[in-house]
Amino acid sequence: MTETNTYSAASEVASTITRRTRWERMKITLSKAPLTAWFGMIVIVFYLFVALFAQWLAPHGEADNSFAAYLPWGEAGHVFGTDQIGRDVFSRLIYGAQNTIGIALATTFLSFMIGGTLGLAASIRGGWTDQILSRIVDVLMAIPSLIFALMLLSVFGSTAGSLIIIIALLDSTRVFRITRSVAVNVVVMDYVEAARLRGEGLGWVMRREILPNIMPPLVAEFGLRFSFVFLTIASLSFLGVGLQPPTADWGSMVRESASLMQFVQYDLKSGLTPLLPAGAIALITVAVNYVVDWFLHMTSGLKD
Amino acid sequence: MNLIVQTILKRLALGVVTLFFVSLVIFSAIQFLPGDFGEAVLGQAATEETVAAFRRELGLDVPAWQRYLDWVGAVATGDFGTSFSGRASSGVDRSRPVMELIAPRLENTLFLASITAMVAVPLALFLGITAALWRNSIYDRVVNAMTLTSISFPEFFVAYILILFSALWWGLPTLANITEGMPFWEKVHKSLLPSMTLTLVIVAHMMRMTRAAIINLLASPYIEMARLKGQSRIRVIMRHALPNAWAPIATVIAFNLAYLVVGVVVVEVVFVYPGVGQLMVDAVASRDIPVVQGCAMIFAATYILLNLTADIIGIVTNPRLLHPK
Repeated sequence: MTETNTYSAASEVASTITRRTRWERMKITLSKAPLTAWFGMIVIVFYLFVALFAQWLAPHGEADNSFAAYLPWGEAGHVFGTDQIGRDVFSRLIYGAQNTIGIALATTFLSFMIGGTLGLAASIRGGWTDQILSRIVDVLMAIPSLIFALMLLSVFGSTAGSLIIIIALLDSTRVFRITRSVAVNVVVMDYVEAARLRGEGLGWVMRREILPNIMPPLVAEFGLRFSFVFLTIASLSFLGVGLQPPTADWGSMVRESASLMQFVQYDLKSGLTPLLPAGAIALITVAVNYVVDWFLHMTSGLKD
Repeated sequence: MNLIVQTILKRLALGVVTLFFVSLVIFSAIQFLPGDFGEAVLGQAATEETVAAFRRELGLDVPAWQRYLDWVGAVATGDFGTSFSGRASSGVDRSRPVMELIAPRLENTLFLASITAMVAVPLALFLGITAALWRNSIYDRVVNAMTLTSISFPEFFVAYILILFSALWWGLPTLANITEGMPFWEKVHKSLLPSMTLTLVIVAHMMRMTRAAIINLLASPYIEMARLKGQSRIRVIMRHALPNAWAPIATVIAFNLAYLVVGVVVVEVVFVYPGVGQLMVDAVASRDIPVVQGCAMIFAATYILLNLTADIIGIVTNPRLLHPK
């Protein structure tokens, strides 16, 4: 009887049902993604790459105005020519990716920090906290945000810092609304009650009990908010009250080169120059919206 | 009927309270200005007397609550104070009342917004309702993809593409320099491109919201019941769906007209259209606070009023309130 019984049910089960790794699951999901979502993801990855490596990709400096003004496309190594004070348009487009995406990301993160935290706090605490916060948000949302941003910028002046804080604050009202509306359904669950009864603090309940359950709508909202913030900042820069020169920024680049549009009959390429930064803005917001659309479709399981 | 009146009154009161808080927020903007802005407005050469007189004119020597009450009283009679620009250190005051600056431009902005709305609202409703009725068809998908794309475009991108087409082929005026006393059709002709831009932007929003509202409605059990009874498609829509659809449709229209009010700012700047939006942007750039406050108040009030109207239409047409149990 030297033979020992090595059979184990557990090992057999484990050998037949191998759990798919996270990577494999991701590959399966991605293979089912529609064409628009693929297009969106490729564009986003490309933009992030350009934004991260702008310093190495740009052939000339951001504020390097050592060239002749208004050179046409392709002349003297300037792919898209130069602008009104002789800066390389192609390089400024690349640096613009870094500045515009960076500021839009920072703003969106900040607005989620503020709006998300307050929204969770309002839904957990309920009662007066909820009432007061919700009424404040109601009032703030009654003012159109672009108008509000214009007013605040006229008071505080246009610097990158005040731009980020003002837009994040205005945007956080919408984050507050959505966080609160999805969180109130989770707050009434038994496990939240259990966590509270065993004496967990507000922070723990927020992070460990509620947040993991409301992640999908918040991620989708992050994408939508990002493209909205991106458009707002671009619009403000276009109006001349956003990022100030010499910082390269797509919105202000459109404004600076807008006058070239009048000469489009005579020189098609130069006339198209204002459309390059405007198109760059349009492309990334389209891409983000496509990806969010697919993500919503996937997580909600609804057709509409 | 009583119930309806009660609900409307409640909603109106809420609107007034919101307007009060909004005015408080807009008023307090001037509080946050740096202390020495008198010098900044009047120039460095301003004498101490002119600065003191300027501060007295703004009422900075009385408590804030009293100043707020004065301001609200003045605003209620249409007086937004005098503009900061045109003041010089020499003491010669060439500044103009804010209302004088805003009034002619407000007329232009409302003109632009109304000709846009007249085209955009019927078009969006038609597209939205047809897309909802034939949902998941090729038509629906094409309209959906197109609107999703145009929502993501910044207004000025749409505007410049239209200008490009116009410069190359259409030959429409790209500068909307309308003036007072211009014949009506010439005004319309000059504001064709700005209103086309606005139409493209808001039709997308409005169409998507209409579609979602209608689909939401058609999914409800009582519509399915009506269909299962064997009623005709037209009857289901006209008799059963439409009474409940007025509220969401009114909300969609009002929301987008409100959006139009904000959207005009960028479009006005692109086409150099002499409206309130452009006035506000200029005032922000020169930090002319009274003008900014006046414009912000007008925009915010329009926005609140439109949303209030939508709510009231929603209440008045609500079948549940019209036929109480």
